[in-house]
Amino acid sequence: MVENRPFLTFLTHLVLVAGVVLVAFPVYVAFIASTHTREMLVGGMIPLLPGGHFIENYTQVLSASSAANGLPSYMLMALNSLGMALIITFGKIVISILSAFAIVYFRFRFRLLAFWIIFITLMLPVEVRIIPTYKVVADLGMLNSYPGLTVPLIASATATFLFRQFFMTVPDELMEAARVDGSGPLKFFRDILLPLSRTNIAALCVILFIYGWIQYLWPLLVTTDPGYYTLMMGLKRMVAVQDGEVQWHLVMAGAILAMLPPVLVVILMQRLFIRGLTETEK
Amino acid sequence: MDTKRTIFPNRVLPYLLLAPQLVITLVFFIWPAGQAVKSSFEREDPFGLSASFVGFQHYARLLKDPLYLDSLGRTAVFAVAVTALSMALGLALAVAVNRLVRSGRVYTTLLVWPYAVAPVIAGLLWWFLFNSTTGVLAYFLGQLGIRWDHNLNGTHAMILIVIAAAWKQVSYNFLFFLAGLQSVPHSLIEAAAIDGSGPVKRFFTIVLPLLSPTTFFLFIVNVNYTMFDTFAIVDATTAGGPAQATTILVYKVYNDGYLGLNLGSSSAQSVLLMLIVVVLTVIQFRYVERRVQY
Repeated sequence: MVENRPFLTFLTHLVLVAGVVLVAFPVYVAFIASTHTREMLVGGMIPLLPGGHFIENYTQVLSASSAANGLPSYMLMALNSLGMALIITFGKIVISILSAFAIVYFRFRFRLLAFWIIFITLMLPVEVRIIPTYKVVADLGMLNSYPGLTVPLIASATATFLFRQFFMTVPDELMEAARVDGSGPLKFFRDILLPLSRTNIAALCVILFIYGWIQYLWPLLVTTDPGYYTLMMGLKRMVAVQDGEVQWHLVMAGAILAMLPPVLVVILMQRLFIRGLTETEK
Repeated sequence: MDTKRTIFPNRVLPYLLLAPQLVITLVFFIWPAGQAVKSSFEREDPFGLSASFVGFQHYARLLKDPLYLDSLGRTAVFAVAVTALSMALGLALAVAVNRLVRSGRVYTTLLVWPYAVAPVIAGLLWWFLFNSTTGVLAYFLGQLGIRWDHNLNGTHAMILIVIAAAWKQVSYNFLFFLAGLQSVPHSLIEAAAIDGSGPVKRFFTIVLPLLSPTTFFLFIVNVNYTMFDTFAIVDATTAGGPAQATTILVYKVYNDGYLGLNLGSSSAQSVLLMLIVVVLTVIQFRYVERRVQY
């Protein structure tokens, strides 16, 4: 800060508090709603303070008996979401670190072609090619399976680029020393490159976990068997009831629970999260 | 494209290392994209048994179809509204946090977490707030004499998805603007202050021009986000309605192809969307290359 102006500092805090309130407001209301009974919410006058049904509502969401509308239990959907997020994170990191290693440390025919093929995936989000991709997955018999849910989302140009950029900054001398010592490429990769990439890998894990957790369109397409529903689809289905009132108190409790894991990851791993975000998306 | 000065002499290994990523890319990206291009030039019979080449017919029909042109226009309005709203808020918050020395980190933590909220949940939250029977905001608007109903009023529905989409994106823009602000050289600001220019003038003559690369980058990323990642918001809240008022392009591809089974038209729409993404990505990549130093 260049000069000290109490009024500007006051204004700054005012802007920030307003921003925080604005950002938190929908979640606050959702939390309030999740602690009341259904009757309270449809009564017309909306409560703005927590009610006394917190434990009751959340147990009802989490208990298997709450399954309705052909939905599986909340815990099963949470496990599906978790599995999907973890497989995507792990898979993306493994395949992209291997291909970045190949592109940076070897010279071979078709290297440029491989680079461009990977680069193109950056341009084709699943949203623009849903029908043909769905068809491929169906033809391979991968509908309603974990591979079908995750493998098409695993190829990732951004992660490959991140590792490529990082490898370019690793001093050449390290690799030369390794060669002089007689270690082959795989040993060099395992003993030197991998340990050096630890922070990058961790930062990417944070971002990719969130990416996997919040997927919506793809699970919607490939899973028709409720046993493979993820949380995001389940929540949507809880609202799309054909007859009768939406159980808003339960939907909001479910939404709060589904928000928790990735939000906690962001808050607890803030340093890694910011690093992962700014380095992958640039 | 560079490699290292020295490399490992190995003929087979690099292909093995690349194989997993290339196989997935070819099977799930390149092949389907090619299929989309192919079927955008074909018409399938109703049972999907045979297809005949029809040239640019699907494209010609699309570009004359008022529903498609409407959707194109609505997507543009949506993208610009979300981008402008979330970038303006993100910048304001970043400028404020950047002024603070001690409490900046706390505010950052309190502002970044919406990034981790799934679009579908963001949609549900705002839908609940605006719900005509139970929503808090709908209730307050009612007190002000505005009868909010996004089930019937297309403008209301559009405002709903713009707010939900922008709410989720503010934290992203905030982080990048903050990073941009922190890389503005302090000496410049101090020199200007010594010359007697106040905080407002300094912001507009020094800080904002220096932020222009970040702003440009964020603009592209945000447009990309609004065009594709907002599918879940639309599907969870308005489902494209009322009367197509919130049918953005990506929703229309899904709607016509997956639900309507009009494959030729849906493929042509996919190809047009791909062209849009390619243009956006190329611009984004040029920016990236300029920024990255080895």
